[in-house]
Amino acid sequence: MTLPLFFFYVFSTIAVISALMVISSRNPVHSVLFLILCFVNSAGIFMLAGAEFLALILIVVYVGAVAVLFLFVVMMLDVDFAGLRHGMLQYAPIGVIVGLILLVELLLVAGGFAIAPDIASSSVVPINPGIDNTRALGQVLYTRYVFVFQGAGAVLLVAMIGAIVLTLRHKQGVKRQDAGVQANRRVEDAMEVVKVKSGEGLRG
Amino acid sequence: MDFVVTALDYLLGIPLFGWGTQVGFIYKGLLFLVALLILTAYILLADRKIWAAVQIRRGPNVVGPFGLLQSFADLLKFVFKEPVIPAGADKIVFLLAPFITALLSLSAWVVIPIDAGWALANINVGILYIFAISSLGVYGVIMGGWASNSKYPFLGALRSAAQMVSYEVSIGFVIITVLLCVGSLNLSDIVIAQREMGLATSLGVPWLTFLNWFWLPLFPMFVIFLISARAETNRPPFDLPEAESELVAGFMVEYSSTPYLLFMLGEYIAIIMMCAMTTILFLGGWTSPIDLPPFNWVPGAVWFLLKVCAVFFMFAMVKAFVPRYRYDQLMRIGWKTFLPLSLVSVIVLAFILQLTGWGWHGGVA
Repeated sequence: MTLPLFFFYVFSTIAVISALMVISSRNPVHSVLFLILCFVNSAGIFMLAGAEFLALILIVVYVGAVAVLFLFVVMMLDVDFAGLRHGMLQYAPIGVIVGLILLVELLLVAGGFAIAPDIASSSVVPINPGIDNTRALGQVLYTRYVFVFQGAGAVLLVAMIGAIVLTLRHKQGVKRQDAGVQANRRVEDAMEVVKVKSGEGLRG
Repeated sequence: MDFVVTALDYLLGIPLFGWGTQVGFIYKGLLFLVALLILTAYILLADRKIWAAVQIRRGPNVVGPFGLLQSFADLLKFVFKEPVIPAGADKIVFLLAPFITALLSLSAWVVIPIDAGWALANINVGILYIFAISSLGVYGVIMGGWASNSKYPFLGALRSAAQMVSYEVSIGFVIITVLLCVGSLNLSDIVIAQREMGLATSLGVPWLTFLNWFWLPLFPMFVIFLISARAETNRPPFDLPEAESELVAGFMVEYSSTPYLLFMLGEYIAIIMMCAMTTILFLGGWTSPIDLPPFNWVPGAVWFLLKVCAVFFMFAMVKAFVPRYRYDQLMRIGWKTFLPLSLVSVIVLAFILQLTGWGWHGGVA
């Protein structure tokens, strides 16, 4: 057994156990925390496979941003989880079907490598082994797949704008701060120095 | 059992006794850790002293000469007190949160190059590693706030999480501008690029190294980074998660003794980390400001430490004299000012670099 293999077993064992805990723990916040543990360990496996860029992007995007939003929602929603658990059997068949499809697809991918190992080298864009994988990814993404890449970005942007439009409410009568107006405010506009004669007042 | 030998050699190898092939990682790591903790103790003291000096007070001056041992006395005080865990708290998550905070802020230091070749791990994606680790820092805060099962910590945690996530975006874009100029994600490469190219080199006076550093060509990004770093580490004027006038102490309300100490430690180490990041990205890391004899006799590690301390002095001064922001104001400058500014400058800079051919190109071209 070599050191990378040892680490692979450590990471994958923790990942599988925490994935099981995600669906079996009673407290939804614990579920999300186990999901995060699972993500971090998958990042470790990516790292062992030599894909250090993917590993760190997985942590930055999924753990650092997406899972934080999950945690937010789970912490703030007062969902009756016992009630949700009640109707679980109803959804079980769909879950089993989706799981089976995923399993078959994974077997196809893994089987492809096992049956014909040269399939990896027959990819459309041969990757130069001399450069590190950040550069290699960039060279492929921004040359051959630039339109697909930009298209994916545009789809995400549109989705984001959609979410903002759906939740945006313009409340009437709310006082808002306008930093520009504040900064441009001068003493002359805001204050008036008046000489008041005693006993008369301003209007008098 | 091949891997046990490899692992032992990597962790505990001592060339001194003829066993193993390299200096063990554990020794280097422990040395680094002790140095970092002592630095943190004195940075904490400096913070309090500077704050006191601005307010014409004396600050801590009782324990040891000039209060030099104050941080250690505080450490003992925290450790010997009884940790109180609220009855309604989720015990495991409650105790896990400060550990995660301290562990993450310490682990980011692994890739920081103190001097040429002095990084514990000189990895190719160093800056991405730091970015990933600091994006995890928000979990300590959220977990602590949620597990306390109390109102103020929860509100503090929500605020803090929103704040850290928002400012991470602009910090990310600022880092991208630096990476565009360097063409490498390796932290040592970023420093070397600042030594080898820049204004001084193009003017024909390469010994004026401080003109080469990125603070000059990327000055707006430098300012954005300094301000975002404060928001990211929950420092005043952006210390809303622990705004004592509204939230008592934010997410730390229910913490006492050693868990509280770990939160404090994690926070201060993250602050020093941000100072080190500023030094590496914009102030030339370990390179001396003027590459002439009296200056370049000083070891690079000393320059690095001096720069970190100088940046921290700015952090401390800002804490002392800038009033706290309101929450909506904080979000406004994050999303409406810094994000568009840094995004536009990434695009503009990319165009400029493409048209002029300037940049270090990863040291290849």
